[in-house]
Amino acid sequence: MLVEEIMKTQIITLSPTASIAEALQLLQKHRIRHIPIVNETFNIVGIVSDRDVRDASPSIFYRDADKSELENDIQSIMSSPVVTIHPLDFVEEIARIFYDEEFAALPVVKENILVGMVTEKDMLDTLIQLTGTNVQGSHIEVKVPHQPGILPEVTSIIGGRKANIISVLVYPCTDDPRFKILVFRIQTMNPMPVIHDLRNAGFELMWPNNISEPKL
Amino acid sequence: MTGKAAFIYSDALLNYHFHPDHPFDQKRVILTKELVEAANQLHPNEIVEPRMATENELALFHDRAYIEALKKASKGHLSENEGLEFGLGTEDTPMFLGMHEASAYLVGGSLTAVDTVLEGDFYHAVNVGGGLHHGFNRRASGFCIYNDGAVAIKYIRKKYDLKVLYVDTDAHHGDGVQWAFYDDPNVCTFSIHETGRYLFPGTGNVNERGIKEGHGYAFNLPIDAFTENESFLQGYETAFKEIAAFFKPDVIITQNGADAHCFDPLTHLCATMDIYERIPALAHELAHQYCNGKWIALGGGGYDIWRVVPRAWAQVWNVMKTGKPAKGNIPVTWLKKWQEKSPVTLPAKWQDHSDIVPTIPRKADITEKNGKLLQNLLKYTNPIK
Ligand SMILES: [Zn+2]
Repeated sequence: MLVEEIMKTQIITLSPTASIAEALQLLQKHRIRHIPIVNETFNIVGIVSDRDVRDASPSIFYRDADKSELENDIQSIMSSPVVTIHPLDFVEEIARIFYDEEFAALPVVKENILVGMVTEKDMLDTLIQLTGTNVQGSHIEVKVPHQPGILPEVTSIIGGRKANIISVLVYPCTDDPRFKILVFRIQTMNPMPVIHDLRNAGFELMWPNNISEPKL
Repeated sequence: MTGKAAFIYSDALLNYHFHPDHPFDQKRVILTKELVEAANQLHPNEIVEPRMATENELALFHDRAYIEALKKASKGHLSENEGLEFGLGTEDTPMFLGMHEASAYLVGGSLTAVDTVLEGDFYHAVNVGGGLHHGFNRRASGFCIYNDGAVAIKYIRKKYDLKVLYVDTDAHHGDGVQWAFYDDPNVCTFSIHETGRYLFPGTGNVNERGIKEGHGYAFNLPIDAFTENESFLQGYETAFKEIAAFFKPDVIITQNGADAHCFDPLTHLCATMDIYERIPALAHELAHQYCNGKWIALGGGGYDIWRVVPRAWAQVWNVMKTGKPAKGNIPVTWLKKWQEKSPVTLPAKWQDHSDIVPTIPRKADITEKNGKLLQNLLKYTNPIK
């Protein structure tokens, strides 16, 4: 999946000379946590987070605090340079940036122009879509030898029962590299025929279907 | 006349039938009725005939386009592609002739149960043919076509303007009903079910708490696979009592799916008949404590139709009628009649022997995890505390 499919294109921005007070207002009004700072040609020059703004704002505990701090330019507190991503980046790739750099939002830039934003939340939402847990279904995990042709073998068993596969994930088997774990979500309330067929074909199922006929 | 309890029944409730190999089998309804009759617990003046729900009543929850599609499917006039858009014609909910009428009767049964209780003729009523909690407003799902529980609650809200507590003890999450009232503070939903990590439909996490005005009025206790009686009941009892005290309902609707039993082929929960005595007993107690007895019970899932469901549902009736579950032997006349048709040996007693539960190696872990979930759920029953 590409970044352009998940990015938000309605973006709230500020110019470098806007005040911290304006940023504070925008963050609250739009319930966002990041504002990209752009110049007049929409090139990104910095980014501020709600945290940066909060740190720069006078504490509410000091009644006589110097409110003039809020009138400072946003560029005095923005982070720069900014790590950006491209609309044609893979979502899987940018997950690494979120993870490694601990960012909570990434601006999307194309030909130097800001075209979108992706937040950690968008990223997690995409992950939920990829796992298929947003669709009603039953979950089956199969331990299979790590060898060519195994996936179609398993899916044809599922297909044999006309069960509709919502998602497939392939994980390494942590304690034995000769195996993989296939995770299926299938769109049925009655996965028993599929489970029986998989067992009969000699496949090992994982918890809670690893005990054959556990309930009798 | 004011009676204690009404048993909603007519043969029309048996027509909800996909095909002979489908796990959802309404034979459960007649098995239950004949069991309580054989036990001399059901008298003709306690039986109330269901009516068929009207289209306007169905439309209290369901989309008109969906109802139209079902009417077509019912006559065999809905194409495969048209059907799929509405979740019809899948392995779970295949089409069958007369499906609209059969489904509308199940809904009508629940509406009859509602009127019977709320117009004051009876304190309690049970429609074991209902409880089809997975149905969505324009999509069939999980063996459910029309969602009688959701329609019944909409009907109560509109006609009687009462606060409804919906309690769902089916092993599957009561998703259709939950989403129907997710933003409604006058309808509180509580579902205890096997975690959706493996089991259909996959939802029902403890953090699903409702949105907007309805925030704080949805409760979920997704217990672990292989949960046994004690841990199930600990969660059910504590949560139900706390939620009732928090919400103070005017009427309680319970969905009594009977698929958490260790014999059930579709789920991984490991309960015995013990829970099916306590589930209605507590609902009964709380209905009297908060709702002047107004309690409507529905059926639901349950796929061991011979050994589990008739006893479980009969106990709902026994509790409604006598205040307590039946003990001792299952009536011989019932056993005689049905044993020859059953592929398994029918149980001779109302209670199960504890040795039917397999040894679960991780019992302590499971119990601990369920306890944590319960604490998490209870955070929202009394925000001021
Ligand atoms: Zn169920």
